[in-house]
Amino acid sequence: MTPFATLSNASSVSWDAIPQKTPENMCSSIAEAMANGARICSFFGLPSDNSISLNSGSKTIELVAVLAHDTEDALSVIRSMPFSGSFPSLTPDHPQAHLFERLIFEEHGLTPTGHPWLKPVRKTETNAPRNSPFFEVAGSEIHEVAVGPVHAGIIEPGHFRFQCTGEKVHHLEIALGYQHRGIEAALTGGPFPSGIKQIEALAGDTSVAHTTAYATNLEVLSGTEAPLQAQWVRAIALELERLANHTGDIGALANDVAFLPTSSACGRIRGDFLNLTALICGNRFGRSLVTPGGCRYDLEPERACRLRERLLVSLSEVEQAARWLWESSSSRARFERIGTLTPDDAARMGMVGPAVRACGLVRDVRFDHPAGWHRFAQIPVSVWPDGDVQARARVRWLEIRQSGEFLKEQLAAAPGGPLITPMPPLMPDTLAVTLVEGWRGEVCHVAITDHQGRLRTCKVTDPSFHNWTGLALAMRNQAISDFPICNKSFNLSYCGFDL
Amino acid sequence: MSTFDVLFHRIQTGCETIAYPDGPAPALPDRHGGALQLDSTRCMDTCHACMDICPTQAIRRTRENGIELDLGRCLFCGSCVEVCPTQAITPTNNHRMAVRKKDDLILGSGARSQLRLAEDLGSRLIALLGRSIRLRQVSAGGCNACEADVNVLGTIGWDLGRFGIQFVASPRHADGILITGPVSKAMELALRKTWDAIPEPKIAIAVGSCAISGGPFHANPETHAGADGIIPIDLYIPGCPPHPLTILDGLLRVLGKLKNSASEHAE
Repeated sequence: MTPFATLSNASSVSWDAIPQKTPENMCSSIAEAMANGARICSFFGLPSDNSISLNSGSKTIELVAVLAHDTEDALSVIRSMPFSGSFPSLTPDHPQAHLFERLIFEEHGLTPTGHPWLKPVRKTETNAPRNSPFFEVAGSEIHEVAVGPVHAGIIEPGHFRFQCTGEKVHHLEIALGYQHRGIEAALTGGPFPSGIKQIEALAGDTSVAHTTAYATNLEVLSGTEAPLQAQWVRAIALELERLANHTGDIGALANDVAFLPTSSACGRIRGDFLNLTALICGNRFGRSLVTPGGCRYDLEPERACRLRERLLVSLSEVEQAARWLWESSSSRARFERIGTLTPDDAARMGMVGPAVRACGLVRDVRFDHPAGWHRFAQIPVSVWPDGDVQARARVRWLEIRQSGEFLKEQLAAAPGGPLITPMPPLMPDTLAVTLVEGWRGEVCHVAITDHQGRLRTCKVTDPSFHNWTGLALAMRNQAISDFPICNKSFNLSYCGFDL
Repeated sequence: MSTFDVLFHRIQTGCETIAYPDGPAPALPDRHGGALQLDSTRCMDTCHACMDICPTQAIRRTRENGIELDLGRCLFCGSCVEVCPTQAITPTNNHRMAVRKKDDLILGSGARSQLRLAEDLGSRLIALLGRSIRLRQVSAGGCNACEADVNVLGTIGWDLGRFGIQFVASPRHADGILITGPVSKAMELALRKTWDAIPEPKIAIAVGSCAISGGPFHANPETHAGADGIIPIDLYIPGCPPHPLTILDGLLRVLGKLKNSASEHAE
């Protein structure tokens, strides 16, 4: 008998139907499931309903974990009894839990006993994040390089600490939190009209994936479903978002090794893909497209036809620009066997998206846990075996091709019908989970309602939350001068991590 | 093989940089709408449909001026345009939106029905910075959309370098700062330090509704409501994110590089 409640992607389960365990039993059940191949999608604390317990007067917290069983198209949920104090850390055996446990520590003051590196994740103290002290490698030859928060370029802020001897990096600690805007707290008690707007700007290059996950959860919680036409528009916009960002990433990698033909071409083609999203909704980043209940802008046959024509041009251009890069031996020499991650490490860190598929692992929400339009239209999973910078670039290129094929096929397959459905009130005391394969990987939203059908929490896990540690591991024993290309090959989100 | 392919492609494609500002500006997407305008004489006294639907409370009713729409807080989602029963708020399809004073973004009655576009920096600063300006960009809680559309100005399609505008790595090399994001409290110190490190004279540009007003995050305790409480801002470029053309227009406008600014305004 499984100690979990089982559900599929984009579905809900009654709060009372989720098995409630002691923190110790909960953690051992999670560890057992993970030993059998499950991975953590989300793991968080939540102030219990009667948050002041009568006898002690102290706040009590319930832990909630959502696991994915990728080979079974199933998700499972477990929760703990309300408690305070400490719980056994999963991190020593299952390092993918490490940031989730640090977040539980930061947000609720619970101590994961045995966590090897317990400190806040994104807590702000007055006017800067509280992210020190940093891990230090000892030795007279060791020097430390500190970079950020303000970086040399038009990018988001974060802090990197390298422990080096000479050029060689022994350890990289990535300390974020500079982008923390308090989005999860602002969503609690909703849904509010401003909620979807905060979600759109949660990670502004992943608007479609995050708004789709958020809106789908609200639809599930209100017992309805977006009309098929809206699901179709969302699926198309999601692939356009992937095309734009993957193209930009290939260009940025080329730029970092000073291979300008591909860099210049991809910089422009990326904009052309963004303009295709703008053709649908007026905004290059898909703002105001997805809304709870459906979509606000339709892709009529005439518009779909125009989109298709422009798409074909951009696809052939990006194919050519990428070919220049693959044929350039000087670029390959910079990319191959640099920043290599083993499949074992990637799996143990619970990584997602192109970064994990570049280690040869088949892990893609669209394939493993299809929901929405992906129940009817599949996209083959793109993998590359080597785990290095080149592999991460190649996976993006394969995905550009697959997204292109998908769009060519789907643009002619509009289901028609209404675009939006009215939203009834949310069901009380229910948990809903939606996973969406954004361009960086798995976007996970967990929404839980209270007795009145208001949001008790809306827990967001951006793919970057799983993957930043992967970048730190990939940098071990690399030259610090290769950090820029390693970083670009992951291209993770700061604001998606910091929320 | 690849070298010849690249060269052949270059010769075949020719210059890919847009003709603007010497030639016509590229068209905005048809559903973009551009800046909004407000005709508050059309408003009915009892109607507050737009105020109810606005996700950022950008629209309010004042006793003196009636309905006001703050384009500094507006996300240009178009909800107010959709619900307005009397077409009081309408899109202009105009990409020009940059202003020098935050108040110039507030639409009201009469002459204030449209925003008041930015004047240039004045002859002294133009003489110093007009032909070559270096900017340090700081994202302070920005979501990477404004950052991306500032970055795009550096691509071959826009080629910001042809105007003498360049983004630099060090604030010591900069003549100004370009800020995106609402200024998360966690970035306040870093933003102040960057600003302090830029030598005088210097200018500050706020790009996007977050940097102007806090945007969708204006009420969150973890963020400030825009950059101007921390740094004096010389140019506000609204949008979520602003279209690259809107950003470029703002930069050229403030540097006095657009001819006939006055006639554009009257258009």
